[in-house]
Amino acid sequence: MEQNIFQLQYALDTFYFLICGALVMWMAAGFSMLEAGLVRAKNTTEILTKNVALYAIACIMYLIVGYDIMYGGGVFLNGIGLDGASDADALVGAVLAESAEAGFDGGAVYSNASDFFFQVVFVATAMSIVSGAVAERMKLWAFLAFSVALTGFIYPMEGAWTWNGESVFGLYTLGDLGFSDFAGSGIVHMAGASAALAGVLLLGARKGKYTKEGKTIAIPGANLPLATLGTFILWMGWFGFNGGSVLKLADINSANSVAMVFLNTNAAAAAGAISALIFAKVLFKKADLTMTLNGALAGLVAITAEPSTPTPLQATIFGAVAGIIVVLSILALDKVKIDDPVGAISVHGVVGFFGLLIVPITNSAASFSGQLIGAATIFVWVFGTSFVVWFALKKAIGIRVSAEEEYEGVDISDCGMEAYPEFTRG
Amino acid sequence: MKIVSAIIKPFKLDDVREAISEIGVEGITVSEVKGFGRQKGHTELYRGAEYQVDFLPKVKLEIAVNDDVVERLVETITTAAYTGKIGDGKIFVCNLEQAIRIRTGEQDSEAL
Repeated sequence: MEQNIFQLQYALDTFYFLICGALVMWMAAGFSMLEAGLVRAKNTTEILTKNVALYAIACIMYLIVGYDIMYGGGVFLNGIGLDGASDADALVGAVLAESAEAGFDGGAVYSNASDFFFQVVFVATAMSIVSGAVAERMKLWAFLAFSVALTGFIYPMEGAWTWNGESVFGLYTLGDLGFSDFAGSGIVHMAGASAALAGVLLLGARKGKYTKEGKTIAIPGANLPLATLGTFILWMGWFGFNGGSVLKLADINSANSVAMVFLNTNAAAAAGAISALIFAKVLFKKADLTMTLNGALAGLVAITAEPSTPTPLQATIFGAVAGIIVVLSILALDKVKIDDPVGAISVHGVVGFFGLLIVPITNSAASFSGQLIGAATIFVWVFGTSFVVWFALKKAIGIRVSAEEEYEGVDISDCGMEAYPEFTRG
Repeated sequence: MKIVSAIIKPFKLDDVREAISEIGVEGITVSEVKGFGRQKGHTELYRGAEYQVDFLPKVKLEIAVNDDVVERLVETITTAAYTGKIGDGKIFVCNLEQAIRIRTGEQDSEAL
């Protein structure tokens, strides 16, 4: 009887993991729509091409070497099905022994393949963050070449130091220093933003974004309904992102934790949207929709580092503060001429860092110094290696489209087709 | 005969149409146009940054009438299109040399 209950628990936890992974996969659609909405019509096909291609590249690169670098498991995931067992029956026996050792309410036991699936969609999320920041002026193929490096090597390395607890080049181990990042405010979001920042610095701003006198000129996005849809898709996908990161569902403590994570994730997003909406109204005298969308995402990023321990009130406050930070950050980046069409560096980078810093407030297992060292490790590694890769690409094939291609739109020069041909040509 | 061209705010089109129908104008031609006046367009905010809107959308009416109606027509349009704010538009009156109704071949006043 106990064996059957362990089998059921294993099935339920694996099923939960897979469903959460599928929700996170759907965030790729959210990023695609958000970015397609916030770029100009002439660059829509290209940004969509980047999004679908980067998702596919992330999946394949993580399958080939990424997962092996981060967690072990072999190149091309050889043997992930049987996990070292001689046949399927032996695997059942091994899993039951592991479940019995962990106990019914102990650590999570689930299929290794489901673990790969859940992890791989996080890699894609990190890479999706980059595409928005470099939109409207980066060469398609330079971007895709970079995505190979990030998803196959740069991200898996820092993922191994954090979630897999390996030491950083043998120097120190983040877990021992009190570093904690539940679902990846730093490991996924700030990492993606760091790679994006390196790219943007080497790429430069879109033509016409800043005047010689240092004034910022707005370049309005073409399709705000799509940007809004994208934000709602991301919001929904985030329940898988944070909820799945509990790793286990099928005992009372875990189920309660999952429910709390859903509750807090939603509350932080809602609070971020409201605070950004009101703050933008106060600053600009108008209710800026795009800032409100960024505010909701900022709330989500901020709570991601620790969604299980805050009270609902704390989660709401964290989200609301994130909504203010993201608006200020977007304005500040424009002041220093870092052109980020969708606000990705502010939403995922600046707020991701904030998310790491607030973990010790509610989780005594994390320390403030540990969070700072962890954030610094992730930033230095991802920014540094990304900068080298972007720089090499710039020297080898160039990363920026020509001024004429930028003016005409990269849809035609890179993809040969427009997103809205009947609309723009009448 | 005169041709009266009026550049007005788009949201005032229905009011103007109704008002000039009441004084017996038989037909108008309407086009959606863009332009600027003494304000040279205006600025909008997007994500905290300004952008220039150089040409503002307006509606242009063209109305051909007999000389005796012109004064009343101009007065009616002025009243109906008035908001008192910047950008209410302008009215131009030009001489009209000839008018022909295509279907019947009627000329001038007969054709209006």
